[in-house]
Amino acid sequence: MSVSKADVKKVARLARIAVDEANLEHLTGELNGIMGWIEQLNEVDIDGVEPMTSVVEAQLKMREDIVTDGHKADEILANAPKSDDGFFVVPKAVE
Amino acid sequence: MSDLTRLSLTEALQGLDRKAFSSVELTEHFIAAIEAANPSLNAYILETPERALEMAKVSDTRRAKGEAGRLEGAPLGIKDLYCTKDVRTTACSNILGEFVPPYESTVTQNLWDQGAVMLGKLNMDEFAMGSSNETSRFGPVISPWRRKGGANAGLTPGGSSGGSAAAVAADLCLAATATDTGGSIRQPAAFTGTVGIKPTYGRASRYGIVAFASSLDQAGPIAKTVADCALLTEIMCSHDSRDSTSLNVETPDWTADVSRPVKGMRIGIPKEYRLDGMPDEIEALWQKGIGWLKDQGAEIVDVSLPHTKYALPVYYIVAPAEASSNLARYDGMRYGTRQLGSDLLHTYEQTRAAGFGKEVQRRLLIGTYVLSSGYYDAYYLRAQKVRQKILQDFRDVFQTVDALLTPATPSAAFAYGERSDDPVAMYLNDVFTVTANLAGLPGISVPAGLDNQGLPLGLQVIGKALDEAACFRVAGAIERAANFTTKPSAWWPSA
Repeated sequence: MSVSKADVKKVARLARIAVDEANLEHLTGELNGIMGWIEQLNEVDIDGVEPMTSVVEAQLKMREDIVTDGHKADEILANAPKSDDGFFVVPKAVE
Repeated sequence: MSDLTRLSLTEALQGLDRKAFSSVELTEHFIAAIEAANPSLNAYILETPERALEMAKVSDTRRAKGEAGRLEGAPLGIKDLYCTKDVRTTACSNILGEFVPPYESTVTQNLWDQGAVMLGKLNMDEFAMGSSNETSRFGPVISPWRRKGGANAGLTPGGSSGGSAAAVAADLCLAATATDTGGSIRQPAAFTGTVGIKPTYGRASRYGIVAFASSLDQAGPIAKTVADCALLTEIMCSHDSRDSTSLNVETPDWTADVSRPVKGMRIGIPKEYRLDGMPDEIEALWQKGIGWLKDQGAEIVDVSLPHTKYALPVYYIVAPAEASSNLARYDGMRYGTRQLGSDLLHTYEQTRAAGFGKEVQRRLLIGTYVLSSGYYDAYYLRAQKVRQKILQDFRDVFQTVDALLTPATPSAAFAYGERSDDPVAMYLNDVFTVTANLAGLPGISVPAGLDNQGLPLGLQVIGKALDEAACFRVAGAIERAANFTTKPSAWWPSA
């Protein structure tokens, strides 16, 4: 499977990263190099192997369904690029 | 008195304990050393001298009252991946801008609770993605080590915890925190003649550590000696309800393991770690290590981990996939930098294109690609199955051996520009370390000798899950036999 320029464009859109047309060729080459190297995994016999979901054999813990944190609006907004009166200010999303 | 910075953590704590010097005095020495050296080394990307002196003063008072913690008064450096309350934390990425966390990571809180003093934040590869420190927004760290008789080319201290390793090697802190996703503690430790351990996955809380690849990320220390590492690991590890994968297990007395004899231990030598084209010096170092352990009564056993060669390709699917998910949060809306575009989508795309560096973008594209519709089974699912086989290899060999001995890296430190053109060549730096991350196992790198250019080389000990004790025990034996005392000769200005 080789990665095409169209693939890179599509993936960049999915990843929400603007890629210059001029840089597309170079990136496609790099990704092909990396993905080509990864292809060696096709040699491994994985019949009947369960995919790993966790390296440690531990059950995820349950906790009481209660509020344990909160009332931190000021702290949460402190690093916002733009905020106003307790709200994040973001670019217009709906016309 | 400037020799105070050369003390090990253990020695410094003893000195503080017998009132040979105060934490304020000790901290002042480090502040002066950093001020003089940092313009040359770039290990610290944020110095916090006032905070350090304040913490040291409080620490001296606590000690005077007989309330000393286990790290009382010890000045440490903190990797910029750890959130530190009210102190800028950026993961060395532009996208975080001037982010100031309103909370503290659990691991650093554990250190402060025992009286440690923070000197500042340490340089690293952007989001811990890199093996050379050159992807940092603040520029690379220059290793305190130089090649013998060379042209004084700037060498990498390794990465991603390059600032941590360089600061410890250059005596700009007693020890440092670091993190390891594919080798980011052990490779820089090996490159700088320092000791670094990645504990078992789940030992140390990931709460407040900027996420890269959550199933692989683990916190650990870089320090001057195995005993210092053991002490710090004991304090850094804890059960934490704020990290869902944090293990609820006892933290043993690892400092006691460092001096326990290795007589009777069975040490596995995995044949797959002998690579084609590996420098003779690495093989020679490995043989030396085998000899030291044999001399101390350990039994050497040849073992096989047949899926080793697939570890790096698995890593370069799993880690970017997890990163593409974790780093989706950087959208320029709630924190970090924002680049306004023509509409919302354009704003996201511009923000992320401007905020992430080249290597991070490359990995996000790979991660998005392997998770995208139609490719998920072929890449991500297959990788997680091969990962299971890698873990099974380890489980099989640990039926018969207590620990594994391998080289830490396939070469000594390289000069900037020597590797960075080819991403795959750079990724190969982690060939010996990445397996422990994929299998969640503890691994420690301990300095064992110099190459013919006078640069440090390390050996790695990999233990069973939760058996850091074996790592410390074997690393302690290697440390005693190697008697590695060489320090980089200071070419940078000293205080």
